[in-house]
Amino acid sequence: MQALFAQLLVGLINGSFYALLSLGLAVIFGMLNIINFAHGALYMMGAFVAYFLLNNDYLSIGYWPALIVAPIVVGIFGMILERTMLQWLTGLDHLYGLLLTFGIALIVQGVFQNYFGSSGLPYAIPDQLKGGMNLGFMFLPVYRGWVVIFSLVVCIATWFLIEKTRLGAYLRAATENPTLVRAFGINVPRMITLTYGLGVGLAALAGVLSAPINQVRPLMGADLIIVVFAVVVIGGMGSIMGSIITGFALGVIEGLTKYFYPEASNTVVFVLMVLVLLVKPTGLTGRAA
Amino acid sequence: MTALTDDTLPVTPRAMRDEMIVFAVMALLLASVPFSGVYPFFVMQALCFALLACAFNLLIGYGGLLSFGHAMFLGTAGYCSAHALKVWALPPELGILVGVAGAFVLSIVTGYISIRRQGIYFSMITLALSQLLYFIYLQAPFTHGEDGIQGIPQGHMFGIFDLSKPTVLYYVVLVGFLAGFLLIYRIINSPFGEVLKSIRENEQRAISLGYRTDQYKFLAFVLSGTLAGFAGSLKVFVAQNASLTDVHWSMSGEVVLMTLVGGLGTIFGPVVGAFAIIAMQQYLASFGQWVTVIQGSIFVICVLTFRRGVVGEIAHYFRRSL
Repeated sequence: MQALFAQLLVGLINGSFYALLSLGLAVIFGMLNIINFAHGALYMMGAFVAYFLLNNDYLSIGYWPALIVAPIVVGIFGMILERTMLQWLTGLDHLYGLLLTFGIALIVQGVFQNYFGSSGLPYAIPDQLKGGMNLGFMFLPVYRGWVVIFSLVVCIATWFLIEKTRLGAYLRAATENPTLVRAFGINVPRMITLTYGLGVGLAALAGVLSAPINQVRPLMGADLIIVVFAVVVIGGMGSIMGSIITGFALGVIEGLTKYFYPEASNTVVFVLMVLVLLVKPTGLTGRAA
Repeated sequence: MTALTDDTLPVTPRAMRDEMIVFAVMALLLASVPFSGVYPFFVMQALCFALLACAFNLLIGYGGLLSFGHAMFLGTAGYCSAHALKVWALPPELGILVGVAGAFVLSIVTGYISIRRQGIYFSMITLALSQLLYFIYLQAPFTHGEDGIQGIPQGHMFGIFDLSKPTVLYYVVLVGFLAGFLLIYRIINSPFGEVLKSIRENEQRAISLGYRTDQYKFLAFVLSGTLAGFAGSLKVFVAQNASLTDVHWSMSGEVVLMTLVGGLGTIFGPVVGAFAIIAMQQYLASFGQWVTVIQGSIFVICVLTFRRGVVGEIAHYFRRSL
């Protein structure tokens, strides 16, 4: 029973990474119409920035500031990418965005691999979150509980920002009809850049959260991103809430599989994707493409 | 939304003549390789990838479908052939047949699933399916996991051609490549190919004209996957092993890169692109991980500045179809 709850917790944690990443993908896809293949690489960058901040002799900034600084740094990097490259693809086929961001991912991962090799670097759990709680039916490491709750809060905050605020209303309007929104005096290109920054920042935040759990290594995002793509296909990119719920749900299902039938734990998300596609090709919450 | 290949020329007798001339030059150049002092192993490897890229190009260049998981056909056919040759001790021609059949079955299954979604979703589904297969092959006993299937006997093709001799092997691979290439050329220039192009340009219009576009796309997917499998089977004889690298998704990325560099939707582009990328990997191997960075940069440069690719730009400049 202990093991079952432990796997459920692992599933919830993975689910929070899936949710944060597919949420960022959905935000970027909504505004830029680009499937951001570089998302995994930017997630990895988030973890590495946190690692730098901690281990640099002059900075030695710990986990808490890194939680804010790393997403901002990586977000700015993303905005530079958008301004220098991605914006030139407006109006072209979707596939070019996929190919361009794939190239960017290769470059970023290649550079990090050159300097850090492929093995993992450890990142210590911050002092305040060390230890664990005995809940009676299971032992809960504090840090893991924190990851789940914190990412849930971030997801809901992002949902609130996009669905309930004035800024979010502009954003959604610009997705529907950029020309008209522009005519109202809103700087749409700047909004697009900021949106990309926001999506990238969410990926980097997931990276910082994951640094103490998974080791910091250059390819940590490469394989994760394919699972996230499968999550996106299952959920459909129709709604923000859809990607959050699908992300967490699939993490939990993966965790359960690890307990009941470990051999299939790597493949269960893909198998689910196949099943969903056979029954409902648009995905669970998706609109028709 | 602009199409992937925005300025394809109509098929005219002149275009056909141009293409046949270039084909003859290519065939002659390739046939003279054993006499030229070029390392034949390198050319054979490039030929396998060129065939793979051509098969991939059939799907994206003419059907507008970006498959990001084409390595699964290469790898599956490789494993099937390798298993047939080593464990069942079948002769080479039957080994190839088993591999191609494996890729054929796989492309029917994956095509049926992935063709249901369009555009980038299609790409993501093919990517996810290939990753699913990767994990299956990692755990399945017959693939020997990380070790792969090694020491595959090359045998005698049709009982006559001794494939352990490099020159004989080279010509067998070359004939395989040219046959595959001509088949793809024939498909592109058939009525089926014309319908495929119309789907690429405007799927809604093709539907309104009464074409069941899903069936055409499915058939293109199966043809492309099967031919990619043929490339994988040939590769087994060249490399004498079948390993997980052939199924990994980074291989799919390389195939995309080859086609993009050479020119999407051009007939000779994938061949040029495959040779360019394989040569690059061969000569830049000493740079280690920087090769990834260079490949990524080529992706970025191609997408931002010359989307037509090498052959595409040349063809565009001379207003010819190549």
